[in-house]
Amino acid sequence: MNIHEYQAKDLLQDFGVPVPKGYPAKSAEEVDSAIAQLGNEMIVVKAQIHAGGRGKGTFTDGYKGGVKVVKDPAAAKEAATAMLGNTLVTAQTGPEGRKVQTLYFTEACDIAHEYYLAIVLDRDTAQSVIIASTEGGMDIEAVAEKTPEKITRVPVSPSTGLRPYHCREVAFALGFEGDQIKQLSKILSGVYKMFWEKNAMLVEINPLVTTPDGQLLALDAKVSFDGNALFKHADIQALRDLNEEDPKEIEASKFNLAYIALDGNIACMVNGAGLAMATMDIIKSYGGEPANFLDVGGGANEEQVTAAFKIILSDPNVKGILVNIFGGIMKCDVIANGIVAAAKNVEMTVPLVVRLEGTNVEAGKKILSESGVALTPADSLVHAAEIIVDQVKNG
Amino acid sequence: MSILVNKDTRLVVQGITGKTGTFHTQQCVQYGTNVVAGVTPGKGGQMWEGTVPVLNTVSEAVKQYGANVSVIYVPPPFAADSILEAIAAEIPLVICITEGVPVRDMAEVRKALDATNGKVRLIGPNCPGIITPGECKIGIMPGYIHKPGRVGVVSRSGTLTYEAVYQLTTRGHGQSTCIGIGGDPINGTSQLDAVRMLNEDPDTDAIIMIGEIGGSAEEEACAYIKEFVKKPVAGFIAGASAPKGRTMGHAGAIVSASGAGTAEAKFAAMEAAGVSIARNPSEIADALLKIYKG
Repeated sequence: MNIHEYQAKDLLQDFGVPVPKGYPAKSAEEVDSAIAQLGNEMIVVKAQIHAGGRGKGTFTDGYKGGVKVVKDPAAAKEAATAMLGNTLVTAQTGPEGRKVQTLYFTEACDIAHEYYLAIVLDRDTAQSVIIASTEGGMDIEAVAEKTPEKITRVPVSPSTGLRPYHCREVAFALGFEGDQIKQLSKILSGVYKMFWEKNAMLVEINPLVTTPDGQLLALDAKVSFDGNALFKHADIQALRDLNEEDPKEIEASKFNLAYIALDGNIACMVNGAGLAMATMDIIKSYGGEPANFLDVGGGANEEQVTAAFKIILSDPNVKGILVNIFGGIMKCDVIANGIVAAAKNVEMTVPLVVRLEGTNVEAGKKILSESGVALTPADSLVHAAEIIVDQVKNG
Repeated sequence: MSILVNKDTRLVVQGITGKTGTFHTQQCVQYGTNVVAGVTPGKGGQMWEGTVPVLNTVSEAVKQYGANVSVIYVPPPFAADSILEAIAAEIPLVICITEGVPVRDMAEVRKALDATNGKVRLIGPNCPGIITPGECKIGIMPGYIHKPGRVGVVSRSGTLTYEAVYQLTTRGHGQSTCIGIGGDPINGTSQLDAVRMLNEDPDTDAIIMIGEIGGSAEEEACAYIKEFVKKPVAGFIAGASAPKGRTMGHAGAIVSASGAGTAEAKFAAMEAAGVSIARNPSEIADALLKIYKG
């Protein structure tokens, strides 16, 4: 689960990490109040969306830049009026962009140097890794590719946790001296504590800056949490912003369906995540474009299959549906009955191709063919993909 | 004709009295698996289905009933604790079926596993389990699609494994052992571990490896295959069409924003290792049978 920059910075501050003073705003009144609290100084106005590249983004009405440094409150108000409610397109949002529903106003600060500091949970070594670089403020992947020697990686074992030597190693690698080593150690301790205690998968500060008078400050932050651990943290769950999620995905999660909206026009409904991915792959390899990923799970019942059909059909791009089920312990005849009942509950407006395989497959196919539901049964997955791609292309 | 589990396996089921635990234990008992005990803390002294003693702790199952394999069906918040209890009881093989275990819990479990110096092996979590056809089924896979034979199967995905096994069986080829290693980013047994065990098993003649996007487990297995495996190997990777930065159902199935863990890279590693590649899931058995006559 991702959160907004302003939420990430509030959390960091709770863990003792210094951040510039700032206030979020969701309405014109809150905008005025936020600007008033910052006083008559330079102000940074930042669009809050769950995507990077905001500074270089463009709004759909042509207004440029989702992050603006302005000289006074009047200019801040002007930028806020242009951004709030407008749709921002960045390199990470896709062409449809994201509607900006929250702004973040912070005090501006002078910057001596920009650094990069992050902690991630590394799957290969099963431990946390601190990643730090003197090349902050830019895309860290690009730095890693062009100048890998400028990136320091320090692993932290869960059995020891973060120790002072880890902090010193990072501080020396970034070239800090004297009091800045202490500042960095305090920041890193706070970041690690937050990362570990809140079950984060990533805490990234980019940039971490030094001011001309030598102070360290977290200027931007990105945090994502392990969705499987949210049950431990009501405070983190409360930070979830449904505006940033696809409504179809929210609906699917209510029925315990793993659904991901995609750009194509052939929907799929599959049991098992691996088979669901493979079904998308085969649609693509036969010249179609998948409209979604959907795993209905091993024991999908009629209610879930009905919900799944409704969610799929609520996507106006969908021009055809491929159902691909391997019946294991849940037998094909039981699944076929579920599909037929669900299809009768939902007004089926597009072609439906069903491929069943596994336990009691013949009985399942018989139920489908005798059901009166308008669907095309397929003998194999290849056959199913060919039919649905053809039906969607040629009507 | 197998690795890890066989007719001598003495299974303890952690979470035996829950709905999932009960249903799948019934299926495993029907298949012929020797279930010697169950564990549900606080329910010690009861009998499960009138046949299997329920205990409070895993160590009792080891000491009193000689359990040598454990399977875990407890809910995600308690799964890591159950794994750690099984590790502490020094059960040589622990299989965790549970989906949704927090990743940080698994990082801690991995440290505990490493500290056993190989005495305890974990399979999973978020996996279908393991089966040696005709001898022992542990987990949630449909037993009857399998048939005893000499092809070993390892996979990160449940239903894709069933597809491959069903294709093998309907073409007349049985399996030595099928292992589902699970779809989580941090797990107990890797593709490499499983391939190595199947390679060293005198009763396995050929191997099928089914992978997914995310991580580098398949690449590591392929490096080993290239150097050490003389048996025929076929492979498939799911997720070639998945977008970057999205988790595709399985917590570990994600191509990172920087483009690491793609299907393309994994297929390339397979190709370099001489693995016979299936480009779609319907052709997994055929990809093997191109290079293996059985």
